[in-house]
Amino acid sequence: MAGPPAIERGASSGELSVREKLRAMQEEVEVEHEPRGYWDMVWLHIRRDKLTIVAFSVLLLLALLSYTSPWTVRYILRTEPNEIDLFKTYEPPSKEHWLGMDELGRDQLARLLYGGRISLTIGLSGALLTVTIGVFFGALAGFLGTWVDDVIMWFINTMLSIPFLLFLLIITLLFKPKWYVLSVFIALNGWMGVSRMVRGEVLSVRERDYVMAARALGVPVAKIIFRHVLPNVIPIVIIMTMASIGGLILIETALSFLGLGVQPPTATWGNMLTKSQENFTLGPHLVIFPGLLITITVLCLYVVGDGLRDALDPTMRGR
Amino acid sequence: MSRYLIRRFFQAIPTFLGITLITFAIIKLAPGDPVMQMTFDPKIKAETREKMRHQLGLDKPIPIQYIIWLTGNDWLRWFGQEVDDNAITHGVLRLDFGKSYQEKRPATEMILERAPATIQLNIAALLISYLVGLPVGIYSAVRQNGTFDNLSRVMAVVFSAIPGFWLSLMMILVFAVKFKQWGLPHIAMGGMRTITATGGDRFDLLDRLKYLLPPAFVLATGGIAGISRYMRTEVLEVIHQDYVRTARAKGLNEWVVTFVHAGRNALIPIATMLGPEITGLLNGAVIVETIWSWPGLGRMFINANFQRDYPVVLAGFVIGAIAVILGNMLSDILYAVFDPRIRLQ
Repeated sequence: MAGPPAIERGASSGELSVREKLRAMQEEVEVEHEPRGYWDMVWLHIRRDKLTIVAFSVLLLLALLSYTSPWTVRYILRTEPNEIDLFKTYEPPSKEHWLGMDELGRDQLARLLYGGRISLTIGLSGALLTVTIGVFFGALAGFLGTWVDDVIMWFINTMLSIPFLLFLLIITLLFKPKWYVLSVFIALNGWMGVSRMVRGEVLSVRERDYVMAARALGVPVAKIIFRHVLPNVIPIVIIMTMASIGGLILIETALSFLGLGVQPPTATWGNMLTKSQENFTLGPHLVIFPGLLITITVLCLYVVGDGLRDALDPTMRGR
Repeated sequence: MSRYLIRRFFQAIPTFLGITLITFAIIKLAPGDPVMQMTFDPKIKAETREKMRHQLGLDKPIPIQYIIWLTGNDWLRWFGQEVDDNAITHGVLRLDFGKSYQEKRPATEMILERAPATIQLNIAALLISYLVGLPVGIYSAVRQNGTFDNLSRVMAVVFSAIPGFWLSLMMILVFAVKFKQWGLPHIAMGGMRTITATGGDRFDLLDRLKYLLPPAFVLATGGIAGISRYMRTEVLEVIHQDYVRTARAKGLNEWVVTFVHAGRNALIPIATMLGPEITGLLNGAVIVETIWSWPGLGRMFINANFQRDYPVVLAGFVIGAIAVILGNMLSDILYAVFDPRIRLQ
């Protein structure tokens, strides 16, 4: 999306000659006079936001490394995530095994890369699902109003009063889901916030004149929702999607850490830490790296989320 | 105000009923048979199992099971129904969640035993998050884009991104394991107090704090991040308003202006953040109590979950939900106290 070209621009701007700088300034002044759409403004804002671009590149890199892991691990690290070498248990990071070996003598880096695939996929798919469900019910409640609104809001308030993790713990324990079912359950827990936001926005958009006009012309409700109301909600939805990925990853790792999420030997960042309380003295590297990766990923997601919010919602800038 | 309170209370009732409905549905949809779980012994006869099933009321239609679960079965006697003395329940509404399958005593009793530890931990975490979050938020708004502001914003993002369980592990690794190896003073962990052969029951505040503060800090990180960010936004909004300028123009001390005039709006975030904070703490408590071996509800909940001890799991879940509902209610009430406009809506 926005990452790479903008980074090149940002990185090279320090070496521009004076003339080039002048020309760039001139261009900007000229562009300033052109009528500009909302998305152009957003694009311009993102291009100037170096922190967001750095965070986004880190995420891209992590995603690339994770999703190419079957190849990278086999041909570059020359190992497999579940390959056991009992002579090398708890080996600290070395030239051969960059992040050391775990309690069964498995290469930690290989496992981290494979684990990243699952954590990122759960985060991404969960967020997409969260947003889809959230937008659907939010738009329905906001636009239809009356008893539909009451029922949906009752359900949302009920779901919001449930302690999230306790609910997931019960679900994972009773139904022992596979990781893709797990991401559905995780998403089921997060859609309420999106729904409330979208509902609020739809309620305010609904009363505007152009929607009234469309209604008066006899445009079908579904068409009004999709053509006239939902486009106004897109910025919020993008912001909330980005914000929710980080939260979803945190939940998945916490569940896996407790031994209730993705089950070993499949590696995830969370379940790699399950045994770590026994590894404090023997292998501190087994405690440090998985958590560090989770923190960096979630951190970058939050930073990108904030950057997008600044870009998409001008009233929130600098907050 | 009292009208508002009453209305707010009645609004909570459907939410609570919804929670009981969801809880009950999950239990009924779950695979596995509780009677088989309790009577794993192959020597037990099928008739005994059937008798148990009948005693537990598991042979009744599901809607009836729900009503009995909710309101108890002692009132069935008024209608001439036979109820076994061993199988009397008072229902969830009267806080009777049945007997624990594992410990064979009322789940409510077990919850009440464990609750003080969790409440203690959560209150400590709440205090830490407000005591750190509020001043940091106010000060970074006053010095917007200064060094402190930037640092505190970085801290807020890091605190919300760092998983609580990993922070706990790292704290144990560094401050307990490594510091001990290096011969430095190290933090205590595991339990609520030092257990000694003699006089272990004497109350020692310093010792208690030593065990309380590390897990409370981990629990508070999310709150610190949320509150300081929220507070900063609020104060930034207020600080450019006319009444603050007037206060300055009167020649008031800058500290008085920021902390008394602008900071008064701190009361509103305290109120609005309280509800979500309590939910967050309850979720975090499960993990933090497990890692730090804190003898609270969260740990009991996890253990009961692994043992498929349904009554205790249900009790923990419903009581957790009640705590969240009460927290949200308290949040709204405080909001109405601080902002009179709310009451009139």
